[in-house]
Amino acid sequence: MNGVLSISTVLNFGSAGLIVLGLYIVFTQKNLIKMVIGIDIAETGVNVLLVSTGYIKGNTAPIFSKAGLQVSSMVDPVPQALVLTSIVIGFGVSALALAMIIKLYEKTGTLDTSKIRGLKW
Amino acid sequence: MLYLLAFLVVVMLIAGIAVIVVKDILSAVILTTVISLVVSVIFLFIASPDVAITEAAIGAALTTVVFVIAIKRTRSKETTDKE
Amino acid sequence: MRKVISFLLLAGFVFYFATLTGGLLIPDSSADRSSVGLDILSRSADETGSANAVTSVVVLYRGFDTLGEVTVLFLAALGISVFMKSTGEKRKKVLDQSFILKTGSRLLFPLMFLFGMYIIAHGHLSPGGGFPGGVIIATGFFVILLTSESVNFNKTLMSVLEGLAGLSFIGLGVVGLLGPGNSFLQNFLPLGTFNTVFSAGIIPLIYAVVGIKVGAELSSVVYAMKESK
Repeated sequence: MNGVLSISTVLNFGSAGLIVLGLYIVFTQKNLIKMVIGIDIAETGVNVLLVSTGYIKGNTAPIFSKAGLQVSSMVDPVPQALVLTSIVIGFGVSALALAMIIKLYEKTGTLDTSKIRGLKW
Repeated sequence: MLYLLAFLVVVMLIAGIAVIVVKDILSAVILTTVISLVVSVIFLFIASPDVAITEAAIGAALTTVVFVIAIKRTRSKETTDKE
Repeated sequence: MRKVISFLLLAGFVFYFATLTGGLLIPDSSADRSSVGLDILSRSADETGSANAVTSVVVLYRGFDTLGEVTVLFLAALGISVFMKSTGEKRKKVLDQSFILKTGSRLLFPLMFLFGMYIIAHGHLSPGGGFPGGVIIATGFFVILLTSESVNFNKTLMSVLEGLAGLSFIGLGVVGLLGPGNSFLQNFLPLGTFNTVFSAGIIPLIYAVVGIKVGAELSSVVYAMKESK
């Protein structure tokens, strides 16, 4: 531990930054594909936050690849399994959203939310 | 390791800010890929190689593929209309 | 109004994370770690025979969750193929790709396929497993789709593979339910020697099934998004 900067501080700062940036993109951009990019970035930030909750400083990955590895010196496997699920589902969500956007573009001819009736706010 | 992690986080956040700034959507998608790759390295450093390999395969490769296909299919009509 | 609402929401998030920062989330010593993780770590090697504890959590301890995940992915692929309905037209002539690109992609595809298979088969020993392996196979398929003029993409074969894989996942679970363990996705095969390829009971089987399903599903997603009219 040297001063204020620790691994947990750095990871919290990074994940919070990603989530806020992603939400900012979703709120302010008018292009539909860019909004999906924002959702993607925010989701990456959430994944970093979740994995970092299971991290214990100086411990190894939860794989018994050779004899003599102690259980007490491994990180928590449960958040990692959760994030594995979350990444795959995030891809499904993005792909479905993009398919809908392609169809919307074929109907309206634009990706600008301020020009599509019903998507303005 | 702490300073390496801090450096990676800074690169990640700069790429995130650049996504807001750039006008071209294709550049924004490539910057998202950069974020995914950097995050994958961060996962490797915080002792979760399983998540790192999944993030590199899905977040960095296949998501980019789907985004680029979507951009290509929504751009072709627009450019031919303008010309 | 929109700007005010966005500003308030973002400010709320910033404040929330500012209170979290400062080492509240990550336990720095082993004393205050979660008891569930420690419990799973200490018994997973003996109970499941899998060297990778994350794999044993994904496939056995939270196997029902993985079944739900596969279902969600299937629903996403179904939605995409409903939106991107193919008209069965002749595909447009691809721009003339250079000879090097074509040959390179044809050389690259078997290697990517092999690497995906390796990742799937070693899911219980090293990082990886069914999901990343299937995605790597789908990416290799996309490389072929990008460069060659005529792709014989058999949609029926893909749906049949996907359906059979999903069915055998549930079938393996039901066999565990009928067996001596009496619970869904219970291991019914011998565990074998620890840390070898043929070990860990049903974990490699389930990951192979998941890999086939994910690979077929995502290949058809990419194909539907690229080729439909």
